[in-house]
This record gives sequence, C-alpha cells and structure tokens, in this order.
Amino acid sequence: MSLDNNKTSTEQRRPDWAALVIAAILVAVAAVIFLDVDRLRDMGGYSQVGPATVPNWIAFALIGLAIWTVFAAFRRDFPAREKQEFGPVAWVVAGLLAQMILIRIAGFSIATGTLFGLAAAGFGARRLWISIPIGIVVCLAIWWLFAGVLQLSLPAGPLEHLIQ
Amino acid sequence: MSTFEFLLQGLVSAMEPMNLFYALIGVTLGTMVGVLPGIGPATTVALLLPVTYQLDATGSLIMFAGIYYGGMYGGSTTSILLNTPGESASIVTALEGNKMARAGRGGPALATAAIGSFVAGLIATLALAFIAPYIVKLALVFGPREYFALMVLAFVTVSSAFGNSTLRGLTSLFIGLALSLVGIDQLTGQNRLSFGVPDLLDGIEVTTMAVAMFAIGETLYIAAQGEAAPDKIEAIRGSVWMTAQDWGRSWKAWLRGTVIGFPIGAMPAGGAEIGTFLSYATEKRLSKHPEEFGNGAIEGVAGPEAANNASAAGTLVPLLTLGLPTSATAAIMLAGFQQYGLQPGPLLFATNPQLVWGLIASLLIANLMLLVLNLPLVGLWVKLLTIPKPWLYAGILVFATLGTIGANPSVFELGMLLVFGLVAYIMRVFDYPIAPVIVGLILGPLAEQQLRRALAISQGDVTVLFTSPIAAVLLSVAAIALVLPLILRARGRGDALSQMAASED
Repeated sequence: MSLDNNKTSTEQRRPDWAALVIAAILVAVAAVIFLDVDRLRDMGGYSQVGPATVPNWIAFALIGLAIWTVFAAFRRDFPAREKQEFGPVAWVVAGLLAQMILIRIAGFSIATGTLFGLAAAGFGARRLWISIPIGIVVCLAIWWLFAGVLQLSLPAGPLEHLIQ
Repeated sequence: MSTFEFLLQGLVSAMEPMNLFYALIGVTLGTMVGVLPGIGPATTVALLLPVTYQLDATGSLIMFAGIYYGGMYGGSTTSILLNTPGESASIVTALEGNKMARAGRGGPALATAAIGSFVAGLIATLALAFIAPYIVKLALVFGPREYFALMVLAFVTVSSAFGNSTLRGLTSLFIGLALSLVGIDQLTGQNRLSFGVPDLLDGIEVTTMAVAMFAIGETLYIAAQGEAAPDKIEAIRGSVWMTAQDWGRSWKAWLRGTVIGFPIGAMPAGGAEIGTFLSYATEKRLSKHPEEFGNGAIEGVAGPEAANNASAAGTLVPLLTLGLPTSATAAIMLAGFQQYGLQPGPLLFATNPQLVWGLIASLLIANLMLLVLNLPLVGLWVKLLTIPKPWLYAGILVFATLGTIGANPSVFELGMLLVFGLVAYIMRVFDYPIAPVIVGLILGPLAEQQLRRALAISQGDVTVLFTSPIAAVLLSVAAIALVLPLILRARGRGDALSQMAASED
C-alpha cells in the first residue's frame, strides 16, 4: 500500500522480487509438510481422519497463500520497506552465535557476557574491552542468583566453579 | 456457593503472604516492562516461564497476571513522557498525553491514566468474576465442533480482521500452525516434521518461540534502524494531583473506557488496542471541549487508559473459562497453565476453584498495588528510560537467552532462538504481524485435536462442523470477520483497520 503516486509504468510492471522469494519459501514449507506426512497417509482409520489430515490442509493453505503473495508481488501490494542497516544486525547475530559456541565450553558467564558485549556494540557501544568484561561480571552475578539461589540449571564453566 | 463466596475465599488465598509477594513482583516487573520499549508483557511472561518452573502454580500465575496488568499501567508512562508507547495498547495515550506533558500538565496526565487504570481494572475484574461462572455453564454444552469453531473465530480475528493486510495476517497464522505440527502427534503418537531430531519430538517450545519472535526479533529490528535521534523525555513539571476540573472531566471517560474495553477484550477480537481506539473516538465525539483534542485533552488520556486495562481483564474471561487466548500475552499465559499440567476451561473452575478464584481475587489486590507503584513512584520508572540503548538491549538479550538456557541448556535451543529471531526480524521488515504466529503455535494443536475428535465422531463427514447451531453461528461470524475487512480494504476504507493493528499485547 505504497503512497507513492508518481511511479512510472515500467516500475509498476516490475514485480516485487522479495515478495516472490517469500512466496517460494511458503511453497517450500508446504512441500516439506507434504513429503513428511506422506508416510502417515494410511493411518486415517475408519473415519479417514488421521495424523496426516490437518498437516495436508495447512500445506494446501500455505500454497494458496503463496499464490496470493505472487499476485500481491505483481500488483506491488507490499508496503514500502524502510532502509535497514545490516552492520548492527550482524553485531547482534555475532553475539548470539558466540554465545551458542561458547556456552558448552566456557560456561554461562563467559558466553553470555560475550553476547552482552557484542550486542551492545551493535547499538553503538564499540569498546569491547570494556563491555565484554562488564558483561561477564554481570552474568556471573546472574548465574549466582539464578543457579545458586533459584536452582535453575545454567551451564557452569571455569568462572562459575571459582565461586561455587 | 455463590460467586461472592468464591471471591471471598479467593481473597483469603490471595492475601497469603507468599501470594502477596508474587503479586508484588509481578506488578513491579510488569510496570518495568511496560515502561521499557522493545519488551512487552508477552515477552516477559515467556522469559519467566522457565524461571518459575519450580515455584507453585498459584503463585506463578498470580505473578503472570500481575505482569499483564502492570504492563498496561506502565505503558502509559512512556507514552505520556516520551511520546513513544511502551507497548501497543498505549499508542492512543501518546496522542493527548504527550501534548499535556509538553504543556506542563504531565502530572495530571499520569494521574488520570493511573487512577483510570485502577477504576477500570477494579470494575472489569469484578465483571470477570461475575460473568465467568455463566460462561463456564455455557461452555459445558460445548462439544469438539463448537470448540473448533471458536478457535477458528479466534484465528481469524487475531490474524486478519485487524491490521494492514489479510494476506500477511493469514500467512503469519499459517506459519504458526505449520510450526505447531512439529513433534509427536497427540492422538496417534506419530512423529511429524521432527526429521529425527530428538529436540523436536516434544514440539517447538512456546517459550523459545515467543522469546525469539518478540525479544530477539524486536532487538534486531531496532538495531537495523541505526542511530536514530534520541527521544526527548518530558520532565514532570508541576503537581501530579488533578484539579477538581480534571476529576470532573475524567470520571465519565474512565467509566466509558471500561464499558468499551471490557467486552472487546472478552471477545476473541485480538488485543487491547482496538478498545483504546474506540474509546478515543468516543471521547472526541462526546467532549465538551473538542477543540482541545490534539492539544492535550485529558479525556483522551483517561478513556483509552481505562479501556486498555479493562480489556486486559476482559481477555482473562475467554482464557479462564474456555481456555481460549485472544491476545499474545494470554496465549503465553495459557502456556504457563500448561506448564503446571492445568488446562484452563470450565473444568478448571470445578477441579481447582481455589486457584482460579485466588487468581481473580489477586488481580484486585494487584490493581491496588499498581496504583501505589505508579502514582508516588512514577519518578523512579522514568529513570528507567535514561538507560543508554546499548546496555538496555544487550541486557534484554541476556535475559532473553537466560530463560531459554534455564529451560533447556542446549545449543540446539539457542540455535532455534537465533533462527526464529531472524525470521521474526524479516517478518517485521515486510510488515507481517508477529502475534498470529504465537497464537497459531499454541492453539494449533488444540484446534487439531478438537477437529479430529469431531470428525472421528461423524466418521469423516465434514458437514457436521456446520450443523450445530452454536458452531454454525461462530463460523459465520468468523467468515464475516475474514471477508468484511477484505471488502473494506478493496474500497479504500482500510485505514481505520490498519490503525487498529493488533500487535504484541
């Protein structure tokens, strides 16, 4: 629903490629559902309603929505998208990846402290040599509170063993 | 026993020191997340689910309800002082509230919001207590097909009736429904869409999904907006007390807001926002000072704020009596009930009246606590807004992952968090609503069970779904709710609907 009125005719005929990609993803999800529940096809029993029935309905609906999305893409029905800055997103994603990799090896505090530092960098606090240590100390305190006092099972690493 | 006696018993249970303590934690956290942008009541309850796993059921549910109510109070503070709504139900409050704050009347604006929320919360909670038993009686005659029809109605209203686009709302809903298929089928024990991954046999964790979709997705989206100009916080100047004229102009707006908000929350209409918009429009039409609207009319703050608290209480009606969540927060509270092996619905009133009535009564107490927390202590909450963005969002991510790690310390679960966080980010960029995904994920398996039961009884005859009068009416309403917005949008009348976009809360 773009409010842009001064589109030329060539622009109007060009489809919204990103929306077409979304339609393709919807079809792919539907295909995965069809393939996976195919082996459950004969389990309907007497009423012919089994574990494959509802997944098939949902997959058909996804294909229908994909077709609708294609129409919307050609009619350029999608709203104008704001400009996205990918640098900050990359920082935050890097933080989450670092936490995933470190959590088993280094324990909760180091992994989550690293996430804290990298995520803060995504929002403009770039001095990692300050923010990561602050994050680790804060996370160690959180670990002490949640794992020690509230009995939550948070993975322990070398730092956690020091204060146990 | 009468409702009144049940409610008294509930009050006794709610006054137990531990339950009072949980209520206090709930309302404090709720106010906090209501004030902070980027994290709402739905996310907070999702974050707390794993942490509260070992606490007792009544206490945790009291806490969750406190968070819901608190979020509705806290959101108004940000709207009024910062012009950035802390949660979606406070968008309208910003219209008049921020103008009042700029004119040096921030104090009365905050006061009318807080007292209005209190009045509305009180009346609506009592209405909840007195209406619930009747709906429970009605629900007892519901069979599988009526429940299925009810859920279809909830799906339609949450996903497509309001918002920018029927297409994108329905797409979000079906993504949620597709994800809800993952795991072992509850009726036959067959694996579906788990691809041999043991972590997926139990299905996709609702908490992981909610945290990924709301907290991580929102953080990524805000990060991608880059360095925006800092928001200006209006200092609270002058007295926080309302003048006699303020009282005179506010009280009718509070009552009207309550009357508008409660039924809208109670109907499967998705979210508290709609009531706030209707209340604002009503106040604007009825006001004796229409020229003040747009420049800081106190009715424009009083009405919508009362409406959003009343609809929070209204949302609990279908949740408690039918087990039907009509907003994202309610959906996650349903997950909270399920965590303790409780299924909200008519049976819960019979099997566990202490819990249900304790919960309802504790809401009355939570309301009182919130009034105290929000009026004298408002300065404290405003300080939260001065936390620098890097620390705020880094902190949100730490707590978001803490909940997931606490529930299940596996790398796989963290991977899911990242993947669905990115999915939610992309959905936000393309203007897909997030709440339908969560509602689809939680209600999907319930709807499927009811549907298959209904069809098993009828031996596969689909027409049986339409032949019960109640089911037929519900499905017709759902069909109207699906088609009418399409027609309105096609005729260029969609603006009002997109303003009512139901989002997180």
